Amino acid sequence: MPQERIGVYVCHCGSNIAGTVDVEELTAWAGEALRHRGVVVARDYKFMCSSLGQDLIAKDIKEDALTRVVVAACSPHLHEATFRKACADAGMNPYLCELVSIREQVSWVHTDKAAATAKAKAVISGGVERVIHHAPLEPMSVPINPATLVVGGGIAGIQAAMEIADSGFHVYLVEREPSIGGHMAQFDKTFPTLDCAACILTPKMVSIGSHPHITLLTYSEVEQVDGYVGNFNVTVRKKASYVNSDLCTGCSVCEEKCPKSVIDPVFEAGLGYRKAIYRSFPQAVPKFPVIDADNCIYFDTGKCKACEIHCEAGAIDFEQEDQILELNVGNIILATGYDLFDARRETQYGYGRLANVFTSLEFERLTNAAGPTNGNIVLRDGETTPKSVGIIHCVGSRDRKFNNYCSVICCMQSLKFAHLVKERTGAEVFNFYIDMRTAYKEYDEFYQRVLSEGVHFIRGRVAEVTDVSNTPEEEDKLVIQIEDTRIGRQRRIPVDMVILSAALEPRHDSDEVAHQFGISCSVNGWFIEKHPKLDPVATMTEGIYIAGCAQGPKDIPSTVTQGAAAAARVLGRIQQKEMALEPIRAEVTEALCSGCRICNNLCPYTAIVFDEAKEVSVINAALCQGCGTCVAACPSNAISGTQFSNEQVMAQLHGLLMLNIMEPVVS
Amino acid sequence: MNNEQFEPVIIGFTCNWCSYRAADLAGTARVKYPPNVRLIRLMCSGRIDPTFVLQAFAGGADGVLITGCHPGECHYLEQNLKALRRTMLLQRTVAQFGIEPERVRLVWASAAEGVYLANAITEMVEEIRALGPLNWPQVAALNGKSHVLTPAIASVVVSEELVEAAI
Ligand SMILES: Cc1cc2nc3c(=O)[nH]c(=O)nc-3n(C[C@H](O)[C@H](O)[C@H](O)COP(=O)(O)OP(=O)(O)OC[C@H]3O[C@@H](n4cnc5c(N)ncnc54)[C@H](O)[C@@H]3O)c2cc1C
Ligand code: SF4
Ligand code: SF4
Ligand code: FES
Repeated sequence: MPQERIGVYVCHCGSNIAGTVDVEELTAWAGEALRHRGVVVARDYKFMCSSLGQDLIAKDIKEDALTRVVVAACSPHLHEATFRKACADAGMNPYLCELVSIREQVSWVHTDKAAATAKAKAVISGGVERVIHHAPLEPMSVPINPATLVVGGGIAGIQAAMEIADSGFHVYLVEREPSIGGHMAQFDKTFPTLDCAACILTPKMVSIGSHPHITLLTYSEVEQVDGYVGNFNVTVRKKASYVNSDLCTGCSVCEEKCPKSVIDPVFEAGLGYRKAIYRSFPQAVPKFPVIDADNCIYFDTGKCKACEIHCEAGAIDFEQEDQILELNVGNIILATGYDLFDARRETQYGYGRLANVFTSLEFERLTNAAGPTNGNIVLRDGETTPKSVGIIHCVGSRDRKFNNYCSVICCMQSLKFAHLVKERTGAEVFNFYIDMRTAYKEYDEFYQRVLSEGVHFIRGRVAEVTDVSNTPEEEDKLVIQIEDTRIGRQRRIPVDMVILSAALEPRHDSDEVAHQFGISCSVNGWFIEKHPKLDPVATMTEGIYIAGCAQGPKDIPSTVTQGAAAAARVLGRIQQKEMALEPIRAEVTEALCSGCRICNNLCPYTAIVFDEAKEVSVINAALCQGCGTCVAACPSNAISGTQFSNEQVMAQLHGLLMLNIMEPVVS
Repeated sequence: MNNEQFEPVIIGFTCNWCSYRAADLAGTARVKYPPNVRLIRLMCSGRIDPTFVLQAFAGGADGVLITGCHPGECHYLEQNLKALRRTMLLQRTVAQFGIEPERVRLVWASAAEGVYLANAITEMVEEIRALGPLNWPQVAALNGKSHVLTPAIASVVVSEELVEAAI
């Protein structure tokens, strides 16, 4: 190895470093003790990151023909980019510059000046040893395919798809259900303004369905994802609907004539029926029905075909098969939303056992003018209007048994329910809450409005809902047992109807979906964003974005904001046309690879494939994110990582232990 | 050896996303911990090659601290679980070399846990101080075992400091 010409630059950071580290001694030491390692110049300066400090480095690179630079200053997370750029501007490859932290890791955490200076020496020695093994790297440039995949057609996916398509770029919107709309389509009114959900949502759905730049793939799911940012290959399965969409006019005669009714567990939340051939709801987009083969009499017995007989357009096609579609896209937005907590798990509240205990989604259908009761708030018998209603907050949320987190929307949703019950039935309403969380624009005002409407608020966690009566007035009622923490007394409140404001939970398959797209879930199961504050819609995987409740519980305004934000990020990428990737990647040296394939299944991004012809493993550089796991695992030492090779880590280790202080670098 | 308090040298491996940032945060928050630990930044704890740890011991470290994101929070899905497995294996392996397994320690620290990481470092320094110096090459030599793992380590062994220490 030829001797490198290394420059070492020690920053005072005002007194931030110089106050605890003897920077003059440190600099003098680096110039002396590390001279035989190739250090030709060592300087200290008040603020290395200032333009004067950077000029100092640039001047040396040019005049002293430096081949490597080590800056001892603050954390690389703060100024690595600054110093790399300074080196690049002076004509040196930016990856030949190493920033070591003597502020966060030395001066700010230690007090003894001698000990801190000694440690700083070791840290610089480590940096110098490591930088010797750095290689010049070029960022990889990949072209960006302007088409985008959006997964999930709830309000988050709708917003994202719309923004991108309106900018003139193509969007594939994949939705699992027969219609887009998501949870919002199930609601009657939305807090805090109480606008009708359908009135604000259906126009957007219609625009999606007719947009020239949107390919809507409903009743479809992603089967496989290959490739990387700019160039993903996505396999989508479009399930057979047995209805030819080229012929169907959406008249819905088939639905009328179909003799088979089944409980609709999805859209009607189990509260109503649909037919075996169905659209999720009348304003469904697209307007074509699908046949649910599991419940269709014809598929079961070979007889019926009522729909086919009555379809004037001749659109029913029992021979239709699943279609497999291959899409090429540059970016992907995941907007798969949430599942509602299964309230049966909170057994003491009696859901599924006591008829007049409802979940929040059931209640949404109950109040919906297009729902199974035409919007009449009635008990499970379908007739009786309740005279008193109890609404229990935080069911499955803020509860160590189920979910630690707050579901964010339940307080407002419970207040909305209280208002609707009051307005439509005049019943007595009791809200049982732990804390009232109404933090957002116009939310607390809404709370005050509901307070003024005479709704009762009882603070505490409900212990039990029971139909066992203790007194005559409790007879035939549901009794809510609670410790009212504001008066410090146990209370029993008899009501006709109980509504459980159930938690929002990650989709039951969120882990599999995350894995499929190469992103991760938090301990709770929500998709993890790149940064919780500063990068909430990007993920650690380039080209994959998240939006809406898939990222965590939130209301519609925040969901829409994230949908638009994710779209903006994607549009930014598309406009770049190409993007540079950090060249921190792993690489297999063919000659060393034994073909054991140990690495093949280790890679979290499936970047490693086996070349059957050559019998060696190959890493797709654009897929690799540089974690280094395969490098550590390869028994043949065949994999190396740029910027984290064995040599670099070992060298830094030796440097930190000051083992090479007396040894010159041999050529 | 003199009577001064023994100051162990600990090599710490951090991942770029959580534990290195925890160390940064400890700094920003001015939390104090002893200067005995020297950190190496890797992209992920899954990068930890057991050889790094053995090399550190062979090169004079008295303890090795492996840190990464909490399980479920690794930025490369779940490579930290591989670090967990490798640490357990390492602890068993070093025990066979006559090294106390406590000298290898695994700590999960999120980017928000600067104080926690600083405390874990302080605790480990105290523990290693109590264990005393490692002097692995000499121990191995006493047991009549070869401590030469790879040529790289052999070159470490002839380094002056260790020769000095051996005398
Ligand atoms: C009872 C109740 C009442 C509420 N009332 C209000 C209110 O009044 N005001 C308000 O602001 N917020 C309200 N919310 C919150 C609101 O529901 C959410 O903020 C919003 O619906 C989130 O939209 P989303 O698009 O993220 O998810 P979702 O609406 O869940 O949509 C996700 C979509 O993705 C599809 N999908 C899921 N997985 C896949 C997959 N793997 N492949 C393809 N497609 C998939 C789903 O079928 C669905 O269509 C309420 C919530 C509840 C539970
Ligand atoms: S682990 Fe190493 S030797 Fe085995 S297949 Fe992968 S690259 Fe080749
Ligand atoms: S370094 Fe990590 S991401 Fe890259 S190929 Fe190896 S295991 Fe995969
Ligand atoms: S990135 Fe921190 S352990 Fe993997």
